[in-house]
Amino acid sequence: MNTLLTFWRSTIGKKVVMGVTGLIGLGFVIGHMAGNLQAFSGAEKIDAYGALLHGPLHEIVLVARVVLIAAVILHVVAAYQLTMISRAARPIDYAARKPQVSTLASRTLRWGGVLLLVFIVFHILHFTIGSVHPAFVEGKVYQNLASGFEVKWVAVFYLVAMIALGMHLFHGAWSSLRTLGLAQQKTEPLRRYLPIALAVIISSGFAAIPLAFLLGVLK
Amino acid sequence: MELKSKIPAGPLEQKWDSHRFNMKLVNPANKRKYHVIVVGAGLAGASAAATMSELGYRVSCFVYHDSPRRAHSIAAQGGINAAKNYQNDGDSVRRLFYDTIKGGDFRAREANVYRLAQVSVNIIDQCVAQGVPFAREYGGLLTNRSFGGAQVSRTFYARGQTGQQLLLGAYQALEKQIGRGAITMHTLTEMLDVVLVDGVARGIVARDLRTGAITTHLADAVVLATGGYGNVFFLSTNAKQSNVTATWRAYKRGAAFANPCFTQIHPTCIPQAGDHQSKLTLMSESLRNDGRCWAPVKKGDTRNPRDIPESERDYFLERKYPSFGNLAPRDIASRAAKEVCDEGRGVGDTGLGVFLDFAEAIKRLGEQAIRERYGNLFEMYERITDENPYQQPMRIYPAVHYTMGGTWVDYNLMSTIPGLHVLGEANFSDHGANRLGASALMQGLADGYFVIPVTIGDYLAQAKLAPVTLEHPEVRAAEAAANERMKRLISIKGKRSADSFHRDLGKVMWDKCGMARNTESLTTAIQEIGALKEEFWRNVSVPGSDADLNQALEKANRVADFMELGELMCRDALEREESCGGHFRTEHQTPDGEALRNDDAFAHVAAWQYQGEGASPARLVEPLTFESVQLSQRSYK
Amino acid sequence: MNFTLKVWRQASTASTGRLETYAAKNIPSDASFLEMIDIVNMNLEEEGKEPIAFAHDCREGICGSCSMMIDGVAHGPVKGAATCQVHMRTFQDGQEITVEPWRSVAFPVLKDLITDRSALDRIIQSGGYISAPTGGARDANEILIGKEDADAAMDAAVCIGCGACVAACPNGSASLFTAAKLSHLAHLPQGQPERYRRVELMVAQMDEEHFGHCTLFGECQEACPKQISIDVISQMNRDFIVAAATKKPVTASSLGSG
Ligand SMILES: Cc1cc2nc3c(=O)[nH]c(=O)nc-3n(C[C@H](O)[C@H](O)[C@H](O)COP(=O)(O)OP(=O)(O)OC[C@H]3O[C@@H](n4cnc5c(N)ncnc54)[C@H](O)[C@@H]3O)c2cc1C
Ligand code: HEM
Ligand code: HEM
Ligand code: SF4
Ligand code: F3S
Ligand code: FES
Repeated sequence: MNTLLTFWRSTIGKKVVMGVTGLIGLGFVIGHMAGNLQAFSGAEKIDAYGALLHGPLHEIVLVARVVLIAAVILHVVAAYQLTMISRAARPIDYAARKPQVSTLASRTLRWGGVLLLVFIVFHILHFTIGSVHPAFVEGKVYQNLASGFEVKWVAVFYLVAMIALGMHLFHGAWSSLRTLGLAQQKTEPLRRYLPIALAVIISSGFAAIPLAFLLGVLK
Repeated sequence: MELKSKIPAGPLEQKWDSHRFNMKLVNPANKRKYHVIVVGAGLAGASAAATMSELGYRVSCFVYHDSPRRAHSIAAQGGINAAKNYQNDGDSVRRLFYDTIKGGDFRAREANVYRLAQVSVNIIDQCVAQGVPFAREYGGLLTNRSFGGAQVSRTFYARGQTGQQLLLGAYQALEKQIGRGAITMHTLTEMLDVVLVDGVARGIVARDLRTGAITTHLADAVVLATGGYGNVFFLSTNAKQSNVTATWRAYKRGAAFANPCFTQIHPTCIPQAGDHQSKLTLMSESLRNDGRCWAPVKKGDTRNPRDIPESERDYFLERKYPSFGNLAPRDIASRAAKEVCDEGRGVGDTGLGVFLDFAEAIKRLGEQAIRERYGNLFEMYERITDENPYQQPMRIYPAVHYTMGGTWVDYNLMSTIPGLHVLGEANFSDHGANRLGASALMQGLADGYFVIPVTIGDYLAQAKLAPVTLEHPEVRAAEAAANERMKRLISIKGKRSADSFHRDLGKVMWDKCGMARNTESLTTAIQEIGALKEEFWRNVSVPGSDADLNQALEKANRVADFMELGELMCRDALEREESCGGHFRTEHQTPDGEALRNDDAFAHVAAWQYQGEGASPARLVEPLTFESVQLSQRSYK
Repeated sequence: MNFTLKVWRQASTASTGRLETYAAKNIPSDASFLEMIDIVNMNLEEEGKEPIAFAHDCREGICGSCSMMIDGVAHGPVKGAATCQVHMRTFQDGQEITVEPWRSVAFPVLKDLITDRSALDRIIQSGGYISAPTGGARDANEILIGKEDADAAMDAAVCIGCGACVAACPNGSASLFTAAKLSHLAHLPQGQPERYRRVELMVAQMDEEHFGHCTLFGECQEACPKQISIDVISQMNRDFIVAAATKKPVTASSLGSG
């Protein structure tokens, strides 16, 4: 217990927690995206998938929910605390300051994260609980998507959030391995290919659905 | 006054051992009762402070740097010698001893040098145990290179940053002790004076550079490890802040100053580019392992060096010293370069430079091999000069680099003031009239890790020290004098910056007391320095206050001491009517222009003792007796 | 060459500072950045005004004293160089240049461009060493260290303790500095016995000094005059995790020599 607490108290400990929870999130979004893409195979397919999750796999989903909720909470709390520590580390800022190599993605993690938090809350109220959905029908996943994205600003909000997600993951997928000390030593550690691919695939995989509804490819 | 060197009796090889046995010890439980002040945390100071604290003494350490890791030792590039004979090329303690004595042109103490060669072996072991990442072979063994003045490979190195790695080793040991509360560290604190009570060193007066507060710190013994005084020349390879103040104030309190005129001019430095230049940059001597020095045969030859055919090149070191060639010792190589330039064959815009050419080595070994050996040095050269040394030869010129002179110390490293010990470059001890490459780091660490921790015990065990307090009149007087000096500097409010005086002083020293000196140049130098000193105390501008961080004041205070030292250097050079090592009197040379020693009259250490303001200092003499080596004319031909 | 300088002037830690404008005239292009300031200072001194205070010593990129944020870039525009190794030929004639001190809560400004970087020393004090009191060392060749390991140790050991990594890091993190020392010692057999204890102590001290954490921005590596790779941070984190996972309960005897 003592060890855990000391671990959590240190900045590296917190950052490790962020890395682990971020990777859990990454695993989830990959699976979730794959699930969502079934929308392109028709309403029956994805509705059946939804029924499978809520039916036979119910227990597993419950466990996953608990893990995910814990992960999001830990991730957000650590993000908040670390951000505060680092803000306090430079009380007086530079008059002139030119970032040299840090990516836009890394510099927007915090605001992007806030956006993602808003998105996640909204999204659950939207498609899982349905309280912000204009025509929510329990179990009718495809129909919920179609009617949900009829509201233009919602679809656009989803798209914006997916850009934020892509950027978050472009940095996170690379940095988390370094945070956890798992990365290979490289001559140019800042260069990364896999995370780009991952970020593009995930954010466009997700974005495809609202976009398809928006453009009328899916109805 | 007589200089008692306290060299132990017995055969050379056994002196240190038997001395260690004969010395008095301080009982471990009593060590805690003794407080030792160490000024300086370069290789000598940091190793001494850490080791004495490990032994149990209470240690306080003072540096003007903001961290002990920034001492000038950090800049040493090339390497450190040790008689390990790992290369099986015939090295031994005796050979290192002999090379060092000979390299110093027979003006060092045999016993000290032998001890140095003996403990050199332990230094490498100690440093490796601390984690100093010396260069290694693939098989895991340590590797060596050869250095000027030696025909064996005994130099250990860590890329081009040997001094840095050795210092960090000592620094880490020091920081460990600080962290444990065993050493009290005073950074950004400059020692201004030694405090003597009844003729014995009992503390220091120091100025907190952040606040300007001047305070006195008392102790049972004081150790100075404050580095060399090469910056008396303004332009040198030393760090900008290196200065003589600590040992100079000790001199004025009665610690004799030995051989001040013995300065080392290093042959491979980047030539000066213009008047704005604030310091000179050394290119490690190791470059001479693969680089060949040459100058055009014709005067004023401004062709691109690549267009000058072999037949019109003069590889002057190889020509003059066929057996050592480009690896001739520093004083010899420097003088040879100066000679070539004096003949009008120098290169570069100023004509003050010769080539150091790697073309042949690149052809023989490939650019990659050269890059591996000297990559960082080449990069440094290119950064400063904007020229690519892979494609065109480097231009080099000698520059002031090291000072062999310093506070006179006996075999126990104690000065003529009881209780005041001096280590490292600050003392005069082991290099005679010329230091061989890679041996200053060795001496600093020998003094700090292995000599002073033992000899200080012998002093403390025998010293009968009465308690003193800050109220003691001698203590108060020293503190008051330091305060007054600062106030005086501030109050002059003249027109010239301290730096401008320093530049002028440097020019006088370089032109008249530099690589070649004679009666005439030295006498005019003494007059010119006198005039400069007079103007300084009338016309220096030190803006700001003394109760504050004030770099202008720090500088002015140091420059004032440099001027006095410069005068003493000229005086010493004038009195030493011979040429030896780095001290070259044009009146005393062989027909082919080599240094001509006068062993009958000058086989001695000259130590100057302060006699008060206005009075001429007394020249004390410690005769050097050579029992194990034959005095000979140094030949590297 | 001529330049307009905007330099941070601050009388002491307690006072507030501001940017002041100075003209740097007739500067030779061969002059280093510090020599340029020397010239400005010489003029100020001769006018009886206080010169710009700045830390410097070796002027060849090894002591780690010099420390200026030049136009928003730690140590200025030359890669792999400390402030003292930047030459004026890299700037445009007539350019305006802003010069500020390192900014970090752990590096309070002492005066003008000089900051107090003793926090870095305290990180070393906390554990950045191998305990090897002078004396009983064995022969230096007795423990073999492969060239690759010696080289890797050296790659990290070249840190000059300048603090540019902290200055450049958007989080004001001292991770690169701390990790460089850890990496140096962790690559050597002599560093193994204290390896995990060392990482815990040094990270704890780093936090205690109020440095920020590492987001892996990578700015530190770019600013580092010795180009130390952020790989060392990754290694520090791994060792930190291993240390926490394998931690033995603290006993009175293990606290003995702290
Ligand atoms: C560029 C260069 C390269 C070199 N390369 C080599 C090499 O390859 N091999 C070799 O053997 N030697 C080399 N040398 C020589 C060698 O580096 C030095 O002689 C040696 O490091 C001096 O160490 P030190 O401990 O005596 O003094 P320093 O390292 O100069 O330390 C002096 C210390 O004293 C402190 N100090 C001084 N005065 C005061 C005061 N008044 N109050 C408070 N503190 C004070 C300073 O803060 C500092 O901590 C080189 C020298 C130079 C200039
Ligand atoms: C819920 C809202 C979120 C917030 C507020 C948030 C915030 C942050 C912040 C601030 C960081 C940078 C941490 C640092 O400064 O070092 C970060 C990193 C990261 N985030 Fe998030 N994030 C959120 C959601 C997510 C999601 C949904 C995922 C995964 C899909 C994710 C994956 C990651 C990863 C992998 C990292 C990198 C961690 C590391 O470098 O170790 N985050 N997050
Ligand atoms: C545009 C892209 C997305 C679409 C179309 C989408 C669609 C859906 C749908 C339809 C559901 C309800 C499934 C069901 O109840 O059966 C759902 C649930 C969920 N989604 Fe998304 N989603 C998207 C992006 C995301 C992202 C980026 C995240 C996380 C960062 C996310 C996290 C969740 C969560 C946590 C649930 C609740 C799962 C549960 O029931 O516990 N979604 N999503
Ligand atoms: S890691 Fe680099 S930037 Fe940081 S202190 Fe060391 S040398 Fe300076
Ligand atoms: S810039 Fe800062 S965030 Fe980490 S990678 Fe370097 S310490
Ligand atoms: S002054 Fe020493 S690193 Fe710049």
